[in-house]
Amino acid sequence: MNRLGPSLTTRWIIGIVVGAFFAIPLISTFLYTLRDSAGGMSLERWVTLFDPATSAAIKPIWIGLGNSLVLALVTVLIVLFLLAPTMILMNLRFPKLRPVFEFAVLLPISIPAIVLVVGLAPIYLQIGRTLGTGTWTLAFAYGITVLPFAYRSIQASIDAADMKTLAEAARSLGASWPTVVLRVLAPNLRQGLLAASLISIAVVLGEYTIASLLNRQVFQTALIVVQKQDAYAPAIFTLLALLFCFLLLLTIGRAARGTGKARS
Amino acid sequence: MTTLAATGADASASAPTATAGPSRAARGRRSARSWAWLGLIPFAAYVIGFLAVPTLLAIGSGFFTKDGSFTWTNVAALGDPVVLNTFANTGWLSLITAVVGAVVGALVCYALLGMNPEGAIRSTVDAAAGVLAQFGGVMLAFAFIATIGIKGVVTEFLSGAFGIDIFASGAWIYELPGLYLPYIYFQIPLMVITFMPALAALKPQWTEANLTLGGTRASFWLRIGFPVLAPSFLASLLLLFANSFSSFATAAALSSQGSQIVPLQIRTALTSETMLGRENLAGALALGMIIVVGVVMALYSLIQRRAARWQS
Repeated sequence: MNRLGPSLTTRWIIGIVVGAFFAIPLISTFLYTLRDSAGGMSLERWVTLFDPATSAAIKPIWIGLGNSLVLALVTVLIVLFLLAPTMILMNLRFPKLRPVFEFAVLLPISIPAIVLVVGLAPIYLQIGRTLGTGTWTLAFAYGITVLPFAYRSIQASIDAADMKTLAEAARSLGASWPTVVLRVLAPNLRQGLLAASLISIAVVLGEYTIASLLNRQVFQTALIVVQKQDAYAPAIFTLLALLFCFLLLLTIGRAARGTGKARS
Repeated sequence: MTTLAATGADASASAPTATAGPSRAARGRRSARSWAWLGLIPFAAYVIGFLAVPTLLAIGSGFFTKDGSFTWTNVAALGDPVVLNTFANTGWLSLITAVVGAVVGALVCYALLGMNPEGAIRSTVDAAAGVLAQFGGVMLAFAFIATIGIKGVVTEFLSGAFGIDIFASGAWIYELPGLYLPYIYFQIPLMVITFMPALAALKPQWTEANLTLGGTRASFWLRIGFPVLAPSFLASLLLLFANSFSSFATAAALSSQGSQIVPLQIRTALTSETMLGRENLAGALALGMIIVVGVVMALYSLIQRRAARWQS
């Protein structure tokens, strides 16, 4: 408890006013999805969403969601097998290079995605020729956009674990470097790796700018396509996706709090 | 594959350490150091290929015509009244939503200060702020269409119950004014995320010191709280400005026509095939955007460094 905080009344006033601003659009969206074709209120729109008969109309959403999940998976693989090992190596062997590295990975925050798209367009033209235009190739671009978020989560774990001592202890007991990384260091960083993976999934599921301008079908672009014919299905998916990501981030919060306790 | 590349080089180079005596071990470690940089190559190549090169291409394309000869025409187009007006629109939108977001967000942080940091309310608010700050975009636009769109729930409630027609002066929700509320909706959570650590780092001992010296609650905030927090607040405000300046998805989903803000104008320049030879205008617009956001972010890191001095 922090005694600097305001009185209970002030807290309630701020909570209710700001809470209402945030709740009204969400509650309205929910009420909106309850409107049925007869003009009354029912769960009709929610039920028909999962009805095979209407599935043709919202098929783009399912396809887009599938593509987005593949992209999320490849992006998480980039974070776990490209970013994380590099960060471990950096911290163990090149601590002096850390400021440069940090500058590079935090850079995507200050480069708007729309600017990145302008330069990515010719690069993806080239990738299309060599690797094909498979959806998964978009994950290369997404790996860049999640860099700052993933970096922060992993670095917090690295700072909390004494990596140098762990690595030296394992090495002196005869472990090879792959064993050190996979069986000694990675388990100590699992909170950070988990948080980095979950936040990458959330960012990829919500990404629209790059996919839309490179003409790829992902979850967000599919929502726009379907919205032009049916305003209700995208609203329902919006609520479900928000809920899903809320639970995802709640999990990260719990995980982070876990490390906090372990440290103190 | 990369893990193997990163660790494999070390493993073979420093293998002698496990079996050999101290002098050979020292030599082994030295050669390991000289080979370890190989492990940095895959990541460096990735960042160069997908971050550095695209950024340079984006900026560079503004200086060339479609067939590759150097030109100032695109960059000169930044001075066009239409383009300048778009930059001004984006600037105003970003400034107003950043100030409102920063003030309201700071109030939320202040209210959260009295809560248990490990408690359920704090973790719920943290998670909700994370979702709403990052996950906005298209879905946020849908939520606002369902709320205050032409057939929105609140729109119909207001006209049904009070006879108020919020669209009496036109369908502003699909134009520039319609962007203010959704932008504030994602700015406040971003403020909570970025400003909360600074507020939480205020030391309770300072209140005690203030009380011992005969100060009041008001004098604490006036003489200690506000001055100490000012750099952090300003830094967060700059981040919020850059955030709405670069935001694209919400605007793209709300206004399907017209390009009232810079990101939408870049889209028009990129996709328009009617304006021959104007594709490279996207590059010039991107350059203008990078300059604005770059200056703001440079100021941000400058101020942030100053603010970090007392937060440890």
